[in-house]
Amino acid sequence: MEWVLQPWPWYIAGPLIGLMVPALLLLSGKTFGVSTSFQHLGAMCSPNSRLPYLKNYDWRSNQWRIVFVAGIVLGAFVGAQYLSIEPLSFLPADYYSLGGMIRLAIGGLLVGFGVRYAGGCTSGHTIMGLSNLQWSSLVASISFFIGGLLITHVLQF
Amino acid sequence: MKQLFVLLIGSFFGVVLVKSEVVSWYRIQKMFLFEEAHMYLIIASAIAVGAGSLYLIRRFHLKTVFHEDVAVKAKPFHKGIIIGGIIFGIGWAITGACPGPIYAQIGSGEYIALITFAGAMVGMYLYAFLQPKLPH
Repeated sequence: MEWVLQPWPWYIAGPLIGLMVPALLLLSGKTFGVSTSFQHLGAMCSPNSRLPYLKNYDWRSNQWRIVFVAGIVLGAFVGAQYLSIEPLSFLPADYYSLGGMIRLAIGGLLVGFGVRYAGGCTSGHTIMGLSNLQWSSLVASISFFIGGLLITHVLQF
Repeated sequence: MKQLFVLLIGSFFGVVLVKSEVVSWYRIQKMFLFEEAHMYLIIASAIAVGAGSLYLIRRFHLKTVFHEDVAVKAKPFHKGIIIGGIIFGIGWAITGACPGPIYAQIGSGEYIALITFAGAMVGMYLYAFLQPKLPH
């Protein structure tokens, strides 16, 4: 069981992530996706909004989305606290500074705006959409990488 | 019962995201710099398993454990998929987190990711405001 405490290799992690698709479908009838949770929280927190994007979203019958992301937070806590040896660091130390926080805020804004405009993220488009052979999800996934490569290689922000 | 299953599946996803280091800014950097194959192999094998599962579900007309039909909505193409997709990709490289990993980073104890989350909520509201004017 020692290997559990080490970082998991791709051939364990990838298939397990792929299993999210049938697990959610067969055990709850839901399609895999995370980014709609932002719209959900927005609609829930702004019940009097007149914006169609929030007004027309029926959050009461989609509460599973909150349960699902709450599960992700919980699972990540367990994974970091009980299934890892050393304290984990997923973000560079210099993000814990004013400049770093501004970077994260800007980056977060781009993530939130972008995924909602694109109608899905790496989960909903790249894993779920491509599993469902949606060509729009292929375009989405290529666009995600164009954006990431652009900022990493060209703009070097 | 359904919500309990969703909570367990979500928790399992959270564990895998942390243990595979998919939520690590360093892994995302190495992916965009083509320095390691880890992320590419995870994404590819996840799609292979997801696609195979969907094929089997359809081939054998499997139903949910609650005896409902399995329905997967189509994702129709619109211009936002490209524009929004590129914008998201930029944010992904900066924060080292796509939406699932934002939640996972917070749960794993990288509390600074709460700022990423707050930014994402602002971005969502911005989209909600601009949606009628944006090309789709």
